Amino acid sequence: MSARHERRMSFTLNGRRVTATAATHETILEVLQRDFGLFGARESCGQGLCGCCTLLVDGTAVSGCLYLAAFADGAELTTVEGLARAGDLHPIQRAFIEKSGFQCGFCTPGFILMTKELLARHPQPTEDEIRHYLSGNLCRCAAYPDIIAAVKRAADLLSP
Amino acid sequence: MADTIVLPDAPAADAARARREVGRPVTRLEATAKVDGSVEYIHNLRLPGMLHGRIHRSTIAHGRIARIDASAALAVEGVHAVVTATEVATLVPNPYYGPAFHDQPILAFGKVRHVGEPVAVVLATDPHVAEEAADLVSVEYEPLEAVFDEVAAAAPGAPIIHDELKPAGLFTDLKHLAGRRGTNVALDARLRSGDVETGFAEADQVFEHTFRTGKVMHATFEPMVTVAEPTGSGGLTIHTASQSPSFVRSEISRLLGWPENRVRVRTAFLGGGFGAKLYIKLEAMAAVCALLVRRPVRIALTMDEQFYTITKHGATVRIKTGVRNDGRITARQVETYWNGGAYADIGPRVTQKSGFTAAGPYDIAHVALDNYAVYTNDPPAGALRGFGISQLVWAYERQADVIARALGIDPLEFRRRNALRNGRLHATGTIVYGMEVEAVLDRLAEQMAWHRPFDRGSGSIRRGRGLAIGVKACVSPTTSTAAVHVYGDGSCAIHTSTVDMGQASDTTLAQIAAEVLGLPTAAVRVVHPDTDVTPYDMATLGSRSTFHMGNAVRRAAEDARAQMVRIAAGALGVDADELECRDGAIVPRAGTAMSFRDVMLARFAMQAGTLVGVGSYTPPYKKPDLATGQSPDITPFWMLGGAGAEVEVDCETGRVTVTKLVNVADVGRAINPASVERQLTGAAIMQLGFTLFEEMVFSDGQVVNASLADYKIPGLLDLPRELTGAFVEIPHRDGPFGAKGVGETGIFSPAPAIANALYDATGVVLYEMPLTPERVLRALRQAEHRPLEGD
Repeated sequence: MSARHERRMSFTLNGRRVTATAATHETILEVLQRDFGLFGARESCGQGLCGCCTLLVDGTAVSGCLYLAAFADGAELTTVEGLARAGDLHPIQRAFIEKSGFQCGFCTPGFILMTKELLARHPQPTEDEIRHYLSGNLCRCAAYPDIIAAVKRAADLLSP
Repeated sequence: MADTIVLPDAPAADAARARREVGRPVTRLEATAKVDGSVEYIHNLRLPGMLHGRIHRSTIAHGRIARIDASAALAVEGVHAVVTATEVATLVPNPYYGPAFHDQPILAFGKVRHVGEPVAVVLATDPHVAEEAADLVSVEYEPLEAVFDEVAAAAPGAPIIHDELKPAGLFTDLKHLAGRRGTNVALDARLRSGDVETGFAEADQVFEHTFRTGKVMHATFEPMVTVAEPTGSGGLTIHTASQSPSFVRSEISRLLGWPENRVRVRTAFLGGGFGAKLYIKLEAMAAVCALLVRRPVRIALTMDEQFYTITKHGATVRIKTGVRNDGRITARQVETYWNGGAYADIGPRVTQKSGFTAAGPYDIAHVALDNYAVYTNDPPAGALRGFGISQLVWAYERQADVIARALGIDPLEFRRRNALRNGRLHATGTIVYGMEVEAVLDRLAEQMAWHRPFDRGSGSIRRGRGLAIGVKACVSPTTSTAAVHVYGDGSCAIHTSTVDMGQASDTTLAQIAAEVLGLPTAAVRVVHPDTDVTPYDMATLGSRSTFHMGNAVRRAAEDARAQMVRIAAGALGVDADELECRDGAIVPRAGTAMSFRDVMLARFAMQAGTLVGVGSYTPPYKKPDLATGQSPDITPFWMLGGAGAEVEVDCETGRVTVTKLVNVADVGRAINPASVERQLTGAAIMQLGFTLFEEMVFSDGQVVNASLADYKIPGLLDLPRELTGAFVEIPHRDGPFGAKGVGETGIFSPAPAIANALYDATGVVLYEMPLTPERVLRALRQAEHRPLEGD
């Protein structure tokens, strides 16, 4: 630790070009929290198992607690804070509110971003597809039935 | 979705009134913040100049500390300080805390009593530096013999974990334990009703079993976190993810020898609680570190560390039941050993307050209950959603099906024949009110289509179904106070120390205030717990908030309303009883209404000022007799939860798949039906995990699966195909608008319902949770007289 290696990166964060400096052992989550005040992606299990730290890197969901900040150089990052447009919530966010797809809310941004990836690839998922696709996201309050309903509702809201 | 039934016979006077806010599935007040990432958790808090604390933990289960060498840790660049018991003692000479016993040191003091016990805290500006340095602290131990099993620890000759019992004094019913020495039994709680020997003599058959439950843990997704901040003029602010801010204030003040008004404790939304974040967890450690270095200190646990911080009680339950051949239970004797781990935490209360329900929701003439809270060298056990109840329900409802089968009586019918009815005496001597056993059983039978034929499968896949019902008494005595503030512009805020940890208490309490004040719920702001401004509340636990704080908020809102009505009556020159409060205004029978803003203007002669309505609620309680456990008033309300399950058992692998899970709860009245259903279903799924796979595995006190990689919790693929929640609404005379608490009810009964379904499918009796494939397969093979290796 005494020899601290730092790296300067530039990337797109929720649509804006930004730069940041991070130690090579630091995760993207630490950088988002420390340098950008973004707390929607949050660490829980610390092993990439619960999905609370999910963010999108070039459209693909990754575990922010394991994803080293240095890898973000040149990438396009989206966190839950980047979904709303001009103050209007994203349809997936609206669906999660409408169906109350959460309780304590700690895992919710992860579920929302994973749903975004799911619906980008399967616009009208079956319930089985929803369960499998989101099975890497955990919710200790177990709002699962409402989460499934929210994903279905989001698919409807997003369908042309 | 829940289908709600309101039984026709009991609408309380105020339940009949038309209303707009209570009884409606109002959207959570903080819904937008929870989906856009902006919601406040203490997890997010960073303060200028803040240091990060990392805990060095004991590697052994029991031993004396011979030497602590922090030099290597201190030599790491960026390390600010290393705090051990020696430094703690300079601020807090008697550094022992706890809600029931003052037995837990802020940092290990001369001795360690469990693996993972905090021994030192390394403080650094960079959390990675603190983590690296914490591993460099070197501790020499003189190991002592350890004991892990609760029955062995209670036996004579077991290694003694605490020299002397030190009850805290907060709970008067523990006072008699002061000064006891040479025992690991922290509390023995007895109940005697009738005479069990007479009851067993009257029985045609007597059944005796021993059931066990292992240790599981909360796994709150926002891991425990506290930031302590020394403030000007010798004060201290503690920002903490806690379910009990009022207790934290009083306990930290007591430790420091300060008046309570010098300590401020505030919380935000919690990322889950489930009983883990109660009493003192990191607060004392963070407070002492911050005061020692005069800088803010943040201590945040990892998920892995939570496994060593607080668990659910493992329990051994010996249950003996006498029955007549007609299915009536004549006597029940239950002896329960509660594995409390190394520190009492709230264990003695779990033991006593759940222990007296061990005979179940049944009408039994002769009952004897003995409950032992036992110290062991496991990590401390405390409250976990249901507070001891599910361990007992596991035993009495599992045994119920064994008895029913032996008697040739349908399991539902067996429960009906023994149902404890309102107006009868509970084993504690309290007259039962608001415990709707038959209504819940009826609803369960309907949801399970119990009287229809059932396909039991064939070949290696067997199917079965089962049900169970369990009861809890809401903890007593406790108290809550709330204030409703009306501001100069007429807007309102509730001040309460109830913590919203996901159960939607903010919204529920706002609905109650809105109902009284004639406002939309969304117009009511809820001020989060801050002991400088929000009044005392015992804690957010035990499903007590809707009932206790709901009543306090209701009274506070009524007080604010009465004040506004008086002011308006004066201004309008009419009698107060001609005015009503609705649509954000005080409205006369004829003439112009006064908005709240107008009322404030009338009162203060300017658009300013604050009007404060205050309300408190402390339900009656009579302390039980020490020798007999008898009390005429043991609880403010009973909570009753039933579950039904259908399972498929793969007899070749032992895998149990729950295909249908039904939950029925007696809720009094649902203030917010959507939140109620979500709480019930969430609790049932949590219990599904405890039933089928969650289990902390220990080796010499070490948790070998202390991470979510090895400790599996339920995910989407574990959901039963069919999952329904239903509730019975019979308004409770003392609840706010008839409501009772519901946060735990859904957790009581799924485990025995699933095990009873397994029994129905295969005839195999399992005595211990969880029902892992290995355990099931071993039992199946034993039943076939071809045991697996090791049996």
